[in-house]
Amino acid sequence: MGAIFRREMGAYFSSPIAYIFLAVFYAFSGFFFFTTSIMYSISDMSGMFGSLFLIIVFLIPEMTMKLFSEEKKQKTEQGLLTAPVSLNAIVAGKYLAALTLYTIGISIIFLYALIIEYFGNADWSVILSNYLALFLVGGVFIAITTFISSLTENQMIAAIGGFISLMFIYMIDYIAEIIPWKPVSDVVSKLSFIDKYSEFTMGLFNIGSIVFFLSAIVIFNFLTVRVFEKRRWS
Amino acid sequence: MIEVKNLVKHYGDKKAVNNISFTVEKGEILGFLGPNGAGKSTTMNILTGYISSTSGEAIINGVDIMKNPIKAKSYIGYLPEIPPLYIDMTVEAYLDFVFDLKKCKLPRNAHIKEVCELVKITDVRKRIIKNLSKGYKQRVGLAQALIGNPPVLILDEPTVGLDPKQIIEIRTLIKKLGKTHTVILSSHILSEIQAVCDKIIIINKGEVVANDTADNLTNNVSNDHKLIVRIEGPREQVYKHIHALDGVTSVIADMNRGENIYDYEIEATPDLDIRRPLNTLVYEKGFNILMMKPNDLTLEDVFLKITMGEMVEDTFKTKDNKRTAVLNDLNISFENKKEELKEDDNKKGKDEKAKKEAVIDDILSDVESKAKKSEKDVSSKNNKKSNGGKK
Repeated sequence: MGAIFRREMGAYFSSPIAYIFLAVFYAFSGFFFFTTSIMYSISDMSGMFGSLFLIIVFLIPEMTMKLFSEEKKQKTEQGLLTAPVSLNAIVAGKYLAALTLYTIGISIIFLYALIIEYFGNADWSVILSNYLALFLVGGVFIAITTFISSLTENQMIAAIGGFISLMFIYMIDYIAEIIPWKPVSDVVSKLSFIDKYSEFTMGLFNIGSIVFFLSAIVIFNFLTVRVFEKRRWS
Repeated sequence: MIEVKNLVKHYGDKKAVNNISFTVEKGEILGFLGPNGAGKSTTMNILTGYISSTSGEAIINGVDIMKNPIKAKSYIGYLPEIPPLYIDMTVEAYLDFVFDLKKCKLPRNAHIKEVCELVKITDVRKRIIKNLSKGYKQRVGLAQALIGNPPVLILDEPTVGLDPKQIIEIRTLIKKLGKTHTVILSSHILSEIQAVCDKIIIINKGEVVANDTADNLTNNVSNDHKLIVRIEGPREQVYKHIHALDGVTSVIADMNRGENIYDYEIEATPDLDIRRPLNTLVYEKGFNILMMKPNDLTLEDVFLKITMGEMVEDTFKTKDNKRTAVLNDLNISFENKKEELKEDDNKKGKDEKAKKEAVIDDILSDVESKAKKSEKDVSSKNNKKSNGGKK
C-alpha cells in the first residue's frame, strides 16, 4: 500500500493534475472568501463553505479520473495485480493518495481563518466542523469517482461519469422535490449530502452524518475492490 | 517448482485453456510454444494470479496460487506481453517503486544496481521511460520481473519487437538466468525456444499437444533415412527406377524445379543408407543429381505438423506408434492413387483434369476417414481411461 501511495503522490506532482487542482481550488476558495467575508468585513465563513461544495463537484472528478482508467489503458494494472499485494491495499493506496492531495487543497481554509483571526475573532469550532464536513464530503466524492474510474479505461469517460454522479448528488434535493410519491421522496431526500453538509457549516456536529459519510466511503471503496475481483474471475 | 494440474479457463463459451497439465523443475527453462491465440498468455496469467482459472490448480513453489495468492505471487517475477511500465517515471524511480511494491528485504540500492547491470540498463537509469526505445522498455520490463530475485520467472514473449542483436542478448541473459531460476518462456518464434529451452510444450487451441525436449520432438517426427533429391531426367523413368531400388519404401515426386528437373522425397527402410546405391543408379541411367539432402525436420516443421493436422495432433497425444502407422498408410495409399492416376493418364489423356480432381477428392476423404478413425480410437481409449479412473 505504501508503495502505491507514494507512486500516486509522485504521479500527481510530476504531472499538471495536482498543480491545476490546487491552483483552481485556491483561486475559487480565495474568490469566495473575499466576496463573502472580506468584502463585508464579517468573520462568518459559512458563505465560502457553502460555495466550496459546488467547487469540489467540479474538481474531484478531474483529480481521480486517471487513478484506475490509466492503469488499465497502459496495462500497468497487470503489474499491480501480479505483485504480492492485496486488492484492498491497491485500492486503499490510490484512494489515500487522492485524499491526501485533496486535504492539502482544503487546508487552505486555515489560512483564511488566520486572516480573520488577525482582523477579529474567528469561530474556531465552526471552522473545524466545516473543515471536517468538507473533508468527509470530499472523501465520499473521491471514493465514488475512483470507483467510476475503475469501470473504464478512458479517463475522459471516467471524468464525465464522475462529474454526472456528483452533479446528481448535488441536485438530489431538487430531485426529491419533484418525486410525487411521498415515501420515495422522503427516502431520497434523506440521502441528501447538502443537508448534512450545511448542518456542519452552521456549526452543528452530527454523529449520524459522520457515520453516513464514512459508510459511503467504505461502500464505494469496497465496490472498487469488487470490480477487480470480478474481472479476475470472469 | 511449478506444478500445473488440469487447468481449465473458459471465457463464456470459449475454452481458452482446456485441461493443461505440466511440471517444471527447479533450474529448468520451459518453452511455451503455440500460434497466436493458443492460450499461452492465458495460462501465464493464471499462473501469475492475474486471472483465475475455471478449474484445476497451479502450484508455485508448493503454494497454490488460488488459495494463497499473495505468498505465491512473491515467488514469481512476471514480464507480461506488454511490460507494465509507468511511462512518466524514470527507470530508477520505477524500479524503486517495484522494489517497494514487492516488499523486498534485499539492500535496496545494491540490488537495483545489480539488476540494472544484469539487463544492461545502467546507462538509462535517469531517463524517463516514455522516451526509451522499445528494446530498452522491454529490458526495463525484464528488470522489473527480476527485482526481489524471485525463484520463478515467467516471461511472456520477452523478445517481441526487439532487433536481432537485442534478441540474442536477451536470449543469452535468459539462459544465464535459467541456471539459478525456474523460467517459463512463451514465444511463437521457434528458433528462440529451440535455442533457449530445455523443455518444450507445444500448445494449440488451449490444449497441450506435445510436451518433450527439443531434440526428442524433432527426432520423433523426422527420420534420418529420408532424403530429398533433385534429379534431372524424365520424371516417369526416374520415379520407376528409384522405386525399384532395394529398401526404398516410398518415393514422392512433387516439386518441378525446371525442365525435366524434379525434387524427389525418398524414404527407405530405417537405418539403411541409400545414398550410394542411388548415386550409382542415377549415374548408370544417365540422369543427373543436382542436389541431395537429408529430410531433417526443423522444429518449425514439427510445430506445423502438430498444430495443423488434427490427426497428427491426436496421435501425438497418445504417444504411440499409431501416428507413424497412419502416416505410412497414407503415403502408401497416396502412391497407389498416383499409380492409378498414371495408368488412367495413359488410357485417357483427355479426361486428365476431371480424373485428377476425383483422385484428390478420394485422397481427401481417405485422409478424413482415417483421421476420424484415429480420433475415435483415441477418444474411446480416453473414455476407457476416464471411466477406469472414476471407478
